[in-house]
Amino acid sequence: MQRFANPGRFQRLARTVYPWTAALTVLCLAAGLWFALVASPGDYQMGESVRLMYVHVPSAWMALFSYVNLAIAGAVLLVWKHPLAELAGRAMAPVGACFTALCLITGSLWGQPMWGTWWVWDARLTSVLILFFLFLGYIALTNAFDDPTRGGKAAAVLALVGVVNVPIIKFSVDWWNTLHQPASLTRLDAPAIHSSMLVPLLLMAFGFTFYFVSITLVRMRAEILARRLRALQFAQGSVAAEVSA
Amino acid sequence: MSSWFAMGGYAAYVWPAYIIVAGTLAALWLVSRRTLKALEAEVELAEAENPRRKNS
Repeated sequence: MQRFANPGRFQRLARTVYPWTAALTVLCLAAGLWFALVASPGDYQMGESVRLMYVHVPSAWMALFSYVNLAIAGAVLLVWKHPLAELAGRAMAPVGACFTALCLITGSLWGQPMWGTWWVWDARLTSVLILFFLFLGYIALTNAFDDPTRGGKAAAVLALVGVVNVPIIKFSVDWWNTLHQPASLTRLDAPAIHSSMLVPLLLMAFGFTFYFVSITLVRMRAEILARRLRALQFAQGSVAAEVSA
Repeated sequence: MSSWFAMGGYAAYVWPAYIIVAGTLAALWLVSRRTLKALEAEVELAEAENPRRKNS
């Protein structure tokens, strides 16, 4: 692991891995969309509106997955002061915010026909909204200081404190009496979902995961280059200052 | 085909959801790729002007 922790090595590794994860993203999403929109059946209770599940549930999983990764990056940054961890956090936060927003929007579009309301202030919906604000707060903090390292550290602390929200989201449907239904997949007994619906759900979830990996690699490479550019401009600036002095 | 577009009466909810998800993910990818390409060009330019630091 330590070998890839060097920014130069990471750039090379990311360039090698990216075409594969990008191809897997396209493949999984193409197959997933075919099953989600065409090949899978409607639900006996929810009818064709069940097709919202194939974008809503993977978005929700990715929102939590992104946040856990953000918190891990924060811990690595604070404990080992590793520069790549800070860049990873900066790269992942907007992606996580997008997935959380998509989860809320698709959930709202599903809630209106199924529950008769776009929004309720119940435990599940509110805790996911808080997750969205945590992502926004993280992004704001990383950019709030003139010294990017300080911003990264402050945001890492926020990410770690906010991690308490993750189990609250997960168990909110069990702890409180919410309008939102409880989990169908991660139960102690067998998943309460037929394979004809499980296949598109998992394909979309894998597609979203590969998307997350691909776009994080792209964004981390951009962050490394942005840092390198700052260093080069600083060096140039000091040379120019010497010449003029 | 038209019954498929109707989505059993839920077309007004299913299609916007898929379009918003696809649009958001595609836009985020495009913006990120474009930022990376622009930075690659800028760094190359800055390195050309500053050859001493090329290997650092």
